[in-house]
Amino acid sequence: MEILSNLLLGLSVALTPINLAYCFAGVLLGTLIGVLPGIGPVATIAMLLPATFALQPVTALIMLAGIYYGAQYGGSTSAILVNIPGESSSVVTCLDGYQMARNGRAGAALSIAALGSFFAGTVATILIAGFAPPLAEVALKFGPAEYFSLMVLGLTGAVVLAHGSLVKAVAMIVLGLLLGLVGTDVNSGVSRFSFNVPELSDGINFVVVAMGVFAFTEVIVNLELKEKREVLFKKVTGLWPTKADLKAVTPAVLRGTAIGSILGILPGGGALLSSFAAYAFEKKVSKNRANFGKGAIEGVAAPESANNAGAQTSFIPLLTLGIPSNPVMALMVGAMTIHSIQPGPQIMTAQPELFWGMIASMWLGNLMLVILNLPLIGMWVKLLTVPYRMLFPAILLFCVIGIYSLSNNSFDIYMGVLFGFVGYVFVKLACEPAPLLLGFILGPMMEENLRRAMLLSRGDATVFLTRPISLGMLIAAVILLLIIVAPSVRKKREDVFVE
Amino acid sequence: MKVRDPQDFWAGLMFMVLGSAFMWLAQNYAYGSAAKMGPGYFPTMLGGLLVALGLITLLRGLVFDGQAISRFNWKPLMLVMGSVVVFGIALPWLGLVVAIFAMVIISALGGHEFKLKEVLILAVLLTIGSVAVFNYGLQLQFPIWPW
Repeated sequence: MEILSNLLLGLSVALTPINLAYCFAGVLLGTLIGVLPGIGPVATIAMLLPATFALQPVTALIMLAGIYYGAQYGGSTSAILVNIPGESSSVVTCLDGYQMARNGRAGAALSIAALGSFFAGTVATILIAGFAPPLAEVALKFGPAEYFSLMVLGLTGAVVLAHGSLVKAVAMIVLGLLLGLVGTDVNSGVSRFSFNVPELSDGINFVVVAMGVFAFTEVIVNLELKEKREVLFKKVTGLWPTKADLKAVTPAVLRGTAIGSILGILPGGGALLSSFAAYAFEKKVSKNRANFGKGAIEGVAAPESANNAGAQTSFIPLLTLGIPSNPVMALMVGAMTIHSIQPGPQIMTAQPELFWGMIASMWLGNLMLVILNLPLIGMWVKLLTVPYRMLFPAILLFCVIGIYSLSNNSFDIYMGVLFGFVGYVFVKLACEPAPLLLGFILGPMMEENLRRAMLLSRGDATVFLTRPISLGMLIAAVILLLIIVAPSVRKKREDVFVE
Repeated sequence: MKVRDPQDFWAGLMFMVLGSAFMWLAQNYAYGSAAKMGPGYFPTMLGGLLVALGLITLLRGLVFDGQAISRFNWKPLMLVMGSVVVFGIALPWLGLVVAIFAMVIISALGGHEFKLKEVLILAVLLTIGSVAVFNYGLQLQFPIWPW
């Protein structure tokens, strides 16, 4: 049982006091920002990255991962109690969760969301432990051509994630790739697009881009909206679901976990897509579908299990292939780079304690979340009563301190402001920033692999089509693209996002 | 010609301008050949692709109906971004305390309501918290006071 010994190694790493403490800090913080609308995991992880300089790499990654899946737990709390999704992946939870709360069943909804998430998290942990090693073995055989095609596939997947115009999403990816090229070209030593600004010769820091287009823009857009946040249910009672509830949700949790696990692995997948898909699917197949939208407990269980499963399995492509599938994973790449870890298949063999420690910490983190969340609901509810006008200056402050500490230089702050303006223009023009960030991270890697592949093939571009794995991935990318463009799927995709 | 989807039209134009700019700048770098790509090769390709995608988006904006671009809200935009710039200028010169107060007050002016007392309390709390967490906790090196 190799899995078992690997997981034991992981547990021995994750159970050290310092790692436990940071795992706890991560999930606690994740829940906090999950509960609060207006700040998401992308901005939070970007904010905290510089602060993890001083930590051990594994400790830093454990904490940052905790923020992502912790946010999935927290997001359901505000969705159910206030009808405002704390996270975008909890949008569909509002539909039935809030109705349940209005029917006086907030406690049951919250506990089912937490227990479903825990179950999904456990399954996802086992999946990562089982699937990652063989996948990494395959990936070790990849040459530059395969890597290039894999990135094409990954970026195609990012288009699925974006709602709205497909052409615009692709354009945003290309723009991201271009921005990623700013700085010194490793092959020739030429400083590109840096306008002789010394700070730009190292490239634009991705934390700056993420903070600008996500955090700053989000604050400004939130300030445009009129604040309305009503906490209807100050006291939550009846936390324990009834036997009938448990019986009703079991198939929903299983289906949600399965959907989330699969969609999390796919390029472009993650928590957001998983929760939408799981809700849509559950609404079709559930025995209780007539009650959907009126407080069906299945409508809470399925998407909440799915988003947690998806959040965790999206680590698989990152840890085995080194390819981030969503913006949060792109930030994890950045976190690894800060600690001079090259993300990719070699992590598992070169640094098994890091790999397995992180995976084991996910399961521990999920356990902490269940124990933490249910008794602490009252505290989270209080937090929701803090008005946004008190929150956003604090959010801004943490962002700028984070940016400044990247290199103890105000230049990065001004770059962040520039990207804040750019991000605001993107919002006004309905251009999604998530594909841009993925492109930004992948830009240099893609160029490097393209160059190497073309060098090895002596300039013959058919190399991408003659190598079977590479061809397979390109075909998968085309199929994915055709599926999204197909009118019937397209309409459905819009429906899902509209709901 | 009438712009029927302003969001697409202007987004397309933006992509075309940015794509051309990258292509134009990339001409300063050696292009190389397919087998031995210079630093100008990949950016020129991507720039061209971006121009093409921008053109498609722009044309779609002329053909299909879409949404108008909602009004720019200059007040929160300028105050929030301005407060960040002020922080960036003030921190190395005047220290963390002044920088935080300036940023919190200026950014709070961009909110819906502004209550001076509340904002000052917030600034005090954030200052104490930041000094404790960032200076003492994480050992980040900032000047704290102007002197």
